[in-house]
Order: sequence, then structure tokens, then C-alpha cells
Amino acid sequence: MSFVSRGFGGKRRVPEDLADRVPPGQYIEQGFPVLTAGPTPHIDPTAGEWSFRVDGMVAQEREWSWEEFHELEFEDVPCDIHCVTSWSKLGTRFRGVSVDALLEASEPLEAYATAYCFGGYTTNLAIEDLTDGKAWIVTEHEGEPLPRAHGGPARLLVPHLYFWKSAKWVAGLRVMDHDEPGFWEVNGYHNRGDPWKEERYWTD
Amino acid sequence: MDGLSPAIMPLAAPKAPGHWQVATVKSIKQETPQVKSFALELPKWMPHLPGQHYDIRLTAEDGYQAQRSYSIASSPLVEGEIELTIDLLADGEVSPYFHEVVMEGDQVEVRGPFASYFVWRGEEPALLLGGGSGVVPLMAMLRHRRRACPERQMHLVYSVRSAEGLIYADELGDETTVTYTRSAPARWSGHTGRIDAELVSGPASAAEVVFICGSNGFVESASRLAVDAGCDPSRIRTERFGPSG
Repeated sequence: MSFVSRGFGGKRRVPEDLADRVPPGQYIEQGFPVLTAGPTPHIDPTAGEWSFRVDGMVAQEREWSWEEFHELEFEDVPCDIHCVTSWSKLGTRFRGVSVDALLEASEPLEAYATAYCFGGYTTNLAIEDLTDGKAWIVTEHEGEPLPRAHGGPARLLVPHLYFWKSAKWVAGLRVMDHDEPGFWEVNGYHNRGDPWKEERYWTD
Repeated sequence: MDGLSPAIMPLAAPKAPGHWQVATVKSIKQETPQVKSFALELPKWMPHLPGQHYDIRLTAEDGYQAQRSYSIASSPLVEGEIELTIDLLADGEVSPYFHEVVMEGDQVEVRGPFASYFVWRGEEPALLLGGGSGVVPLMAMLRHRRRACPERQMHLVYSVRSAEGLIYADELGDETTVTYTRSAPARWSGHTGRIDAELVSGPASAAEVVFICGSNGFVESASRLAVDAGCDPSRIRTERFGPSG
């Protein structure tokens, strides 16, 4: 470490007991900022406007209506989330269905997936990053229905990667035989986005 | 550099941005009581796209680091340097450092330019809707159009609480409509109150792309107005200023 910023002390240091929960270059944010690339889509699940699909290279394509989705097993997901714009929110709680359960029902035949969304957003993930208890489709946050601004009625939740991978207004997962960069991934952001390795941009 | 044709403007993001470098603060301008602009000289400058951002990293003597992203306010035709306009957030740690500590001649670590979605490449007529300090990346577009392609249609609607908070006041021209949401200056005959259909629908009809930047509430209402005015949602690009500081 050679460079030092003259007169910089650091006013928002991470408390020592939380240090192992905050990735490098992140600071703790108590709120829940909203960052979105376009207008917020309005989807009314009670009017039949919502469904979730698993399609592409799978043994069995599947689609769940809002009602069918709610017959699946829900679980609480306490987690820390990390945004590439450098805030982290610790100890927050979502509720939803494990992606493991959704993929088991459709049997992926290949190793990559694209999450696609109402409004056109996409993000790419390796199947490995979606399975084994690492990803959920969530419909609640802190005991309340997921607000529209935060992706309601449902968003993908992949807390071990930067939060742009946790696609808002998610409509489905498409299993693919190759890795196809999604919306932010073609616009300068890292293909995988591991906050612990600080994979923020293409060159990281 | 005047008279450059749009064809000379960067049409794609540079291939390999992103290495940390030490910039020197060339000049500081107090824009408003809460906002300062910093011109930074870069040893490894590359042209950016209007709308892109840089990351800043501060390092304390004991190695502690803090980093934040800031939009570029200058045109890429200003070579060798970038201008970052920084809003003071009282409970932040990077913006207070810039406002209270940084002087001309100081050095700061930066890397960029990053992100190539909320960018204007100079090709289409554009409508810009800015709230408060959300005007910063829009100013890069406005300044760039002025220098590179003044014939290209562009309109800025700039919503600000009061005259005291008006950033770039001496640079706003005929292409800009200001609306004051809290208090207008004496003898003001222009718009007051929040952004509304009247402010958006006229310029929206001439625009092929809409850029909206500001607080979440501003972006929500402005993008709804743009959709109501007939803009295709896929042609509306938004950027929301979170409470990073």
C-alpha cells in the first residue's frame, strides 16, 4: 500500500465484529437503496399477469402461476446483500422458494442460465451459482410483500454475488449450453460478480 | 477541437478501462452551498461516453479504504481531464472529504470510465430529465452536444428545490427548462412545482431517447410521465441516486 489520501481518516469504518461480513471496498448501509436501469414494471399477480418459467435446455419445461407457485415450499432467507455501487446491507430477511426446488422439477441439461424479467432485464449465472442452497425466487422482504421498487411481485435472490445478479421482476430462468452475458454484463460489469473477489467491472 | 463531426465521437466504450491511477486536482468550483465540481487531471486519460462514471478510492494512513462512484460532468472533448460534481452528504465519508479537505494540487485515486448503458453517443435527439444533483451525468451530455453537434435536438428539464440549489446555473441555456419545487426566485415567471405532463409531453414528442436521473421518487414520476407522453419504455434510461456518500 503506497498511496495515502492526505487528511483522510474514514468516518464510516466497519465495526470490528462485522468485519468478516463486509467484502472489500463496501460500506454498511442501513437503508435499502433502489437502483434500476429503466421504468418500474407494474405486474399484478392477482390478475394473472405473473408466472415463473424454467425453460431452454431442460428435460421438462415448467411454468408456475402465482397460485401454483405459492403451493411450493417457502423458506425464510436471512442474508447479507452487497451492491456493486459499494453499499452492503447486513442481516436482512427475504422469503421465497429455493431455486433448487424449481430446477429439480425441470432438470437442467446444461451448465448456464439466463434470468429474464418483466421489462426486459437479463442477467447470466452459472447453474452452479443457482443451486445447492445459494439462490431463491423471493416474494417477501422483512415480512411484507416485496415492494414493486425492489422487484415485486418476485425477484431472484443470489446473495453471494453482487446484487445486480438478483434480478428484479423475474419471469423465468432459461437454461443454456453457453454463457451469454446479460444486461449489465454487456455494459461494463463483471461476468460473475463475486463481491469477495471485488469482481465489479470487466477488467477485475 | 471545435467543429468535430459526431463521427469522431467515441461510439463504443474503451476496451480496457479500469486501472487505478492517481489524478491531480486541477481546480475546484463551488457550484452551490452543497455542491462542488472538481477538475481532475489524469495521467492515463481516455475518452468517456457522456453519462459514464468514475470510481474514487480514498486510503487512510492505516490502510483503510472507502470507494464511491461519481458521474462525469464534462464532455470527452475536454482531453486529459474529467470533471466530477460532488453533492455533500452529511453522514457520508467520501463527499465530506472532498468538500472539507481536498484542495487544488491534491492527489486522489480514481478508475474509470465505467458502465455503458446510461450513455448518450450523440446519435439521437434526446430528452433529459434531471432532479437535483441527478443533473450531473445529463450535463456531460448537454456539454458534449454543445461542443460536438449543436444541431442535434436536446432538451433538459431540470427540477430543483430553489435557486440556491441550481447547479451549473451560468451554463443553462435555451435548451433547458428549470422548475423550482420549493421556492422560486423573485420575479420568476417560469415553471414551479414538481415535474409534470406539461413539462414532459412537448419535448418528449421530438425525442428518440430519454435519460432520467435523480432520486428514486423523481425517477419514478418522471419515467411515468415519459411513458404517458408516448415514449417507448425501452427507450427510457434511468439512473437513481442512492444515499451513497
